[in-house]
Amino acid sequence: MVKSILLVGVGGQGTILTSKILAAGLVELGHDVKMSEIHGMSQRGGSVVTQVRYGDKVYAPGIGDAEADVIVAFEKVEALRMLPSLKKEGVVVADEREIYPVSVLAGGAHYPSDALEKMKEAGVDVRVIPASKKAEELGNMRAQNICLLGALVKVLGLEGVDWRSLVAQYVPAKAKELNLKAFDAGFEMV
Amino acid sequence: MKKMILTGDEAVARGAWEAGCKVAAAYPGTPSTEILENIALYKDDIYSQWACNEKVAVEIVCGASIGGARALAAMKHVGLNVAADPLFTESYVGVTGGVVIVTSDDPGCHSSQNEQDNRHYAVAAKLPMLEPSDSAECKDFTKIAYEISEEFDTPVLLRMTTRICHSKGIVELGEREEIPIVPYKRRADKYVMLPAYARVRHANKERRLAEMEDYSNKCHMNRIIGDEGAKIGVISSGISYQYAREVFDEKFGDKVKYLKLGFTNPMPRDMIKYFAADCDEVYIVEEGDGFIQAAVERLGIKCIGKQKITPLGELNSEIVRRSFFGKGPAEGYKTDVQAPPRPPVLCAGCPHRGFFHALKKHKKDIVVFGDIGCYTLGCNSPLDGFDTTICMGAGFSAALGASRAFEMAGDGRKLFGLMGDSTFFHSGITGLIDIIHSKANVCACILDNSITAMTGHQENPGTERDLMGNEVPAMSIDKIVLATGLDPEHFVVVDPVDQKGMDAAVKAAVAVKGPFVIIARRPCALLKEFIAANKGIHCEVNKEKCVGCTACMSIACPAMAMKDGKAEIVDTDSCTGCTLCAQLCPKGAIERVGV
Repeated sequence: MVKSILLVGVGGQGTILTSKILAAGLVELGHDVKMSEIHGMSQRGGSVVTQVRYGDKVYAPGIGDAEADVIVAFEKVEALRMLPSLKKEGVVVADEREIYPVSVLAGGAHYPSDALEKMKEAGVDVRVIPASKKAEELGNMRAQNICLLGALVKVLGLEGVDWRSLVAQYVPAKAKELNLKAFDAGFEMV
Repeated sequence: MKKMILTGDEAVARGAWEAGCKVAAAYPGTPSTEILENIALYKDDIYSQWACNEKVAVEIVCGASIGGARALAAMKHVGLNVAADPLFTESYVGVTGGVVIVTSDDPGCHSSQNEQDNRHYAVAAKLPMLEPSDSAECKDFTKIAYEISEEFDTPVLLRMTTRICHSKGIVELGEREEIPIVPYKRRADKYVMLPAYARVRHANKERRLAEMEDYSNKCHMNRIIGDEGAKIGVISSGISYQYAREVFDEKFGDKVKYLKLGFTNPMPRDMIKYFAADCDEVYIVEEGDGFIQAAVERLGIKCIGKQKITPLGELNSEIVRRSFFGKGPAEGYKTDVQAPPRPPVLCAGCPHRGFFHALKKHKKDIVVFGDIGCYTLGCNSPLDGFDTTICMGAGFSAALGASRAFEMAGDGRKLFGLMGDSTFFHSGITGLIDIIHSKANVCACILDNSITAMTGHQENPGTERDLMGNEVPAMSIDKIVLATGLDPEHFVVVDPVDQKGMDAAVKAAVAVKGPFVIIARRPCALLKEFIAANKGIHCEVNKEKCVGCTACMSIACPAMAMKDGKAEIVDTDSCTGCTLCAQLCPKGAIERVGV
């Protein structure tokens, strides 16, 4: 049985670091793991998508339409953008954070602030995690990603690995305490 | 053995290190950049450097091999076009120390100007080619490539794709094997490709190709997986093999067998014939062109491949499933709201924004040719910065050609060509020389942000540090420009954020009939040193003074937005306080704050 997780957000939000920690933990749990990230131009404020797949044996690293078990959205409309990837009965773990793309800032495109509500209306199991708000309370919005990781670990039932020590290993030393708090907070929010 | 989860790029670097590689060179290019960045971590064992361009990288590696050391060059697919000249002849020269040349193709153009399939290069240049299908194979194949290289006296092409380079999988680590450097010996018949020697080496190469085909038929990289008696056969290589396994396993269970190809030039023709002999149906699953399919069809074997599956873009399991079996994706969710587009944009504080904004005011007097780098993003509205992007360096040389056509057509507009500092070192210098020497009516603009920014801040000859972290003298672009004999009166260095200065520079360039050079110099806003020096500094809008005219919105800065009819710096963290917006405000409502 292979599980497919999509982490989506905007360049600079730390989706890649989060998926690295997730993948490391999954390896410790004894899974075969493949992770795929496409970066390059997308670093410059564009949409970013990281794909993590795990199970007994994983062939393809990528996730196609209606194949994702979980979408973790670091930004609200990025969940909406990737919704076609979610399989029926899949779960969306989403921060409420809004980052306006230039098409909205300057071009007059509409930003659907009600994206999460609309998804719920469509029958999607959306778990709203106010991760960036919490991270900001804890001292720095940048810990948003680790807060979401905490929530994801709970949603996927991946306890059984010392996630906190993995987080400590991957985040900058001076941000360690903050990120550990963020991880715990995220875990408790689900 | 220790296991790690590595990207394909990291695994190639690890493989090179384990194989005793001693010299490595590359020009950064997505998705190959991280190969050299990771090799540089082994700086005690491997000398590594960013070369000016891919041709130089392959020549460095060619020379290292002649000098007796195992060596590696890495580049993106289009980089191999630049390096094709040494590649084809190095194929005749062969190796002394083993040589691996990595080409990282980009199906889907995630970060490239085309999606060429570089497997054709292996055939054209008569090189053995390996195609890993995951990170573990990236490491293993790199090591085997050195054995092949030395056994058959040839460079080896290691062909990757974006999804292989940037996907992570589990890799077992090994130890480094120290390979002694082969003492140098003069060998004109091997190293001097005079026609008389080249003809002999060509014949030698053809003989080697026959031997390599024999190897290809027997090696473990090409193997049959599943029940050999199965009547449904699938032939695949690289990442496509992974998609094939998911889709055909699911459809046929144990009724399908696979010919997994890892060594794809020369093709294992005997093995393919053996594999297909008892099959009722042979499927070819491959991304890009019908490269395997053509080889299979030449053997008179009927197969199903590109008739069903697209040569365009990147594949995934779902596309493979839909193409061969017409089965659409399972039903998912739909809503009636749309996500607004979020294309990549120039960062807040990016110096290129000021440059493009200044050009825009002169649009009726100039035509601008662009190039490849972060600034390529300036093509989009509202900056609408330039009209062409072809390849590295063409920003200058294509502008030269266009200037001749414009003259003949009686079109008086001045041609502007633009490129960044790294692209200038890569292949802009030659174009500039031709502009100056032929007195072309072109203004060559170098957007010098002091780093190779697009691929993630790699050093270049204009920086004071090299890949291995050594301090090196920064090369002066100004002196290179003036050394061409350009009239110093026709040369301006300007801060692109300074709109008055930029405006004057563009006006001066338009007024001159003939060559002109503008260097727009300001460091990339993401440089660590710049961020540290800029801490706490940002712009602020005085809401009392702001009249909501949206003049400041014309630069599409991602740190700004209109809120309730007034401009606002919505992201003070990413705002660098560059003041470009403030310069555009007719009411003086925007100020730089912080120390």
